Amino acid sequence: MTGIDALAGRGWDPSHPPLVAEHAAGALATKRIIVGYGFWIFLLSDIVMFSAFFAAYAVLRDATAGGPRGADLFDTGNVAIETACLLLSSFTCGIAMVAAQGRRALWFYAAMTVTFLFGIGFIDLEVREFVSLTAQGAGPTRSAFLSAFFTLVGCHGMHVTAGLLWLLTMMAQVFAKGFRPDILRRLLCFSLFWHALDIIWVAIFSVVYLMGVAA
Amino acid sequence: MTHSESDRDRGELSLAPGDEHLGGDVFSEGIWSYVIGLGLATLLTLVSFFIARTTLVWQPSIPVALTVLAVAQMGVHLVFFLHITSGPDNVNNVLALAFGVLIVFLVIVGSLWIMAHMNQNMLPMDQIMQMQR
Amino acid sequence: MFGKLTWDAIPFDQPIPLFAGAVVVLVIIGVLVWIALKGWMPYLWREWITSVDHKRIGIMYTVLAMVMLLRGFSDAIMMRAQQAVAFRSDGYLPPEHYNQIFSAHGTLMIFFVAMPFVIGLMNFVVPLQLGVRDVAFPTLNSVGFWFTATGALLVNISLVVGEFARTGWLPYPPLSELAYSPGVGVDYYLWSLEISGAGTLLAGVNLVTTVLKMHAPGMTYMRMPMFCWTTLASNLLIVAAFPILTATLAMLLLDRYLGFHFFTNEAGGNVMMFMNLIWAWGHPEVYILILPAFGIFSEVVSTFSHKPLFGYRSMVAATMAICVISFTVWLHHFFTMGAGADVNAIFGIASMIIAVPTGVKIFNWLFTMYGGRVTFTAPMLWSVGFMVTFVIGGITGVLLAEPPADFVLHNSLFLVAHFHNVIIGGVLFGAFAGYNYWFPKAFGFRLHDGLGKVAFWCWLVGFYVAFVPLYAVGLDGMTRRMQHYDVAAWRPWMLAAAVGALIILAGIVVQVVQLALSIRDRAALRDETGDPWDGRSLEWSTPSPPPAFNFAVLPQVDGPDAYWRMKQQARQQAKPDAEPRYEEIEMPRNSPTGFICAFFATFMGFALIWHIWWLVALAAAGAYATFVVFAWRDRAEYLIPAEVAAAIDRANRRVRGALLGATRTAP
Repeated sequence: MTGIDALAGRGWDPSHPPLVAEHAAGALATKRIIVGYGFWIFLLSDIVMFSAFFAAYAVLRDATAGGPRGADLFDTGNVAIETACLLLSSFTCGIAMVAAQGRRALWFYAAMTVTFLFGIGFIDLEVREFVSLTAQGAGPTRSAFLSAFFTLVGCHGMHVTAGLLWLLTMMAQVFAKGFRPDILRRLLCFSLFWHALDIIWVAIFSVVYLMGVAA
Repeated sequence: MTHSESDRDRGELSLAPGDEHLGGDVFSEGIWSYVIGLGLATLLTLVSFFIARTTLVWQPSIPVALTVLAVAQMGVHLVFFLHITSGPDNVNNVLALAFGVLIVFLVIVGSLWIMAHMNQNMLPMDQIMQMQR
Repeated sequence: MFGKLTWDAIPFDQPIPLFAGAVVVLVIIGVLVWIALKGWMPYLWREWITSVDHKRIGIMYTVLAMVMLLRGFSDAIMMRAQQAVAFRSDGYLPPEHYNQIFSAHGTLMIFFVAMPFVIGLMNFVVPLQLGVRDVAFPTLNSVGFWFTATGALLVNISLVVGEFARTGWLPYPPLSELAYSPGVGVDYYLWSLEISGAGTLLAGVNLVTTVLKMHAPGMTYMRMPMFCWTTLASNLLIVAAFPILTATLAMLLLDRYLGFHFFTNEAGGNVMMFMNLIWAWGHPEVYILILPAFGIFSEVVSTFSHKPLFGYRSMVAATMAICVISFTVWLHHFFTMGAGADVNAIFGIASMIIAVPTGVKIFNWLFTMYGGRVTFTAPMLWSVGFMVTFVIGGITGVLLAEPPADFVLHNSLFLVAHFHNVIIGGVLFGAFAGYNYWFPKAFGFRLHDGLGKVAFWCWLVGFYVAFVPLYAVGLDGMTRRMQHYDVAAWRPWMLAAAVGALIILAGIVVQVVQLALSIRDRAALRDETGDPWDGRSLEWSTPSPPPAFNFAVLPQVDGPDAYWRMKQQARQQAKPDAEPRYEEIEMPRNSPTGFICAFFATFMGFALIWHIWWLVALAAAGAYATFVVFAWRDRAEYLIPAEVAAAIDRANRRVRGALLGATRTAP
């Protein structure tokens, strides 16, 4: 009956090692697990929100009100570059996390900077696309299809922008406070967020752009 | 709420989502997962872009093919970037993911099914508006 | 400079809202002045407003709910009065006003009474039942509460500044689009719910993580109290459903503010899609409300039958089944919108299937009572009242689940009677049972039980007198939300319903008196032992009220009904077990983050409603800055010395020992 000692977090009482089954049977998880899991649940809620926007887009994709369709507007070359930017930024984000785990500060800062640059590149391309579409008269107020397109893709873009702000904040925090356990937990959450955004982008470029062009 | 950070020492049987167990040098061990993931994801992306444009494939199958490729790439991200595995230390993470996927499926497929029927049974809005004049 | 805001926004020309608004403003100012004069502000700021303690936050949620109940119920009285007198007459409420009243009534009752009530009870109880010290994310918990309060505040400001939505509690387009609702009413509704919805989502993430990842040692999932299981299911639904609400209301906001065309009549907008998406949220929402109530009844019925809950495993299975199936029935809210027979049939069948797990629960509660020594305290009365009333409401629900029947009854008063039947009979009765049951734990003294019983009977009788007439006129063809009517046959029923509302009003008055008298007589009603009901779960093992850290040492759990086992063991051993080893305890620091973020959110919401763009930017920057300041802090926790924890625990153990000694059983 040593659960209490163990859960005070001071380590095992060596004369009373817990049974594996006993520990698996209900316990207070570590802070890292609690924080990571909580953020995971939040991410799933965010993905459900995106699915509502996806559903709206899917329903409205033919409601062009006599205006331009996706095939008339989408530039797959641009989308390919955006995809490359985001995928590579996911990769460098992973490098940054591994560097943080291994306490390699220089690798961390370098990888985070490259991640930021790829992310900014993505946002730049997307903003240009939106501006150009609006200038052509294919802005979000033209038709329901375009409203849904701008909202879905724009919501993703806003998440990426928020992520970039978060990225800079995390770099500042590591600079100011080092690889403290709570900073590492936040980095875990950031990496979950960043990878999830790339997963959502896979859905967007496949369903919105590629299927739109192939139709 | 005092906690020890050395999970394995405490016999902790769960992993936080996004974490993986790494032995030896964390940095050089950990990189491989991302390298492999990047390679696979790039491959799948290239195939997707190719499929969308090509005339070599039976055209009606393109949406299905794109969906399959997208799901596969999401899987690559989950496994290689997010380290989601089927091991016992990941059960809660997988269950939460499964619940999320179920909801996403119900919302999207449900909405499409319902709205297709609705649209079929209802006059287009501009015709209804004309009737009001 | 001030966007659309002018002095015309204040209803100087409308006596009723002006009077009501003036009363509310004076009451609020009076309360604030009284607090300031008594010198309670520092205490309130330090101990409540900046608290991240789940118990304090739970109490504040519940207080918010009860205050909003008064506001929402006054809307109900006005509606009943209008329908009682408006036979071949215009009544006393002009249509524009009546429409705002029923919209505010529904919005307030669902979002700012029912939701905060159940979230408050879950927040207070669940960590105590799990045997842990707080929820997973205490500061986020505070943020969630204050965002909910912001939402409630914005809805109430609309009474005095501007107007509220006239679209009903769900703002169907095209009526809610800018073309047909050009005023600020719908915007008040939308921003209030977007902000409080964010708060609710935070609560959902918090409670899911807490229930899944934070248990006392030895408490496996199958040893958790039933209330924790229903909390898990309800919060999984919050996490899954509220994002859909956020997205759908955002689409309507984009239509109204930026000229998008999601739901407009022109340029390809699809109004039916709004109904589809909003009810994809709306149906899980009602299960979010009822599941915690089911959990409360499980706790109350087993405690006051002095028996373990019957059929624990089937209860768990039923709860999780309801959780999943609730996402497959949403079309039954718009059978008549034209999806066709195939779609209607599938959703109708699913809606009937979902009644089965609830039936399982009812039988389990009955079997728990059967063979037990039932004591009919106020919480037990609420539970029995629930069982009868909710079953009737559920039956009318299954009736409505038949598409052919629904084509006759959709949007009639039959529907209104059905959902009030299940929400009042289910959610509200459960909330009142929980309130009476856990009040001594929260405050250290019991509520006056006799008055609680009087209140119960007023509510029960009043409910039936108010709503059975609505079933009758609904079957007879009366549509909901009618500002006046011409059918003579409906008049007596409308009068009866108004009488019923007055009986409920009596019940509410008795509840207010119960609280006041209980506070006055608190010395006599004191809960000395922390276990006034001979409870079965861990919250009853703590002092009343529990110390900040809940448990000096996390309890070791060996089976279900953890505290009952401890008591049985102690009685059989005829002495308490050995004193545990006390250690210092780390607790999260209080933080003003929640309150300050919500302060900025209130201004941001108000500025968005009135198109005061510079204030929007300023408030957004303020909220972001608050968050960054919070993220920068270095000390997130404080330490409670072992001696302090030991002193509190020793006193508790002394009292327990005396209690168990007095009720010793033969070994």
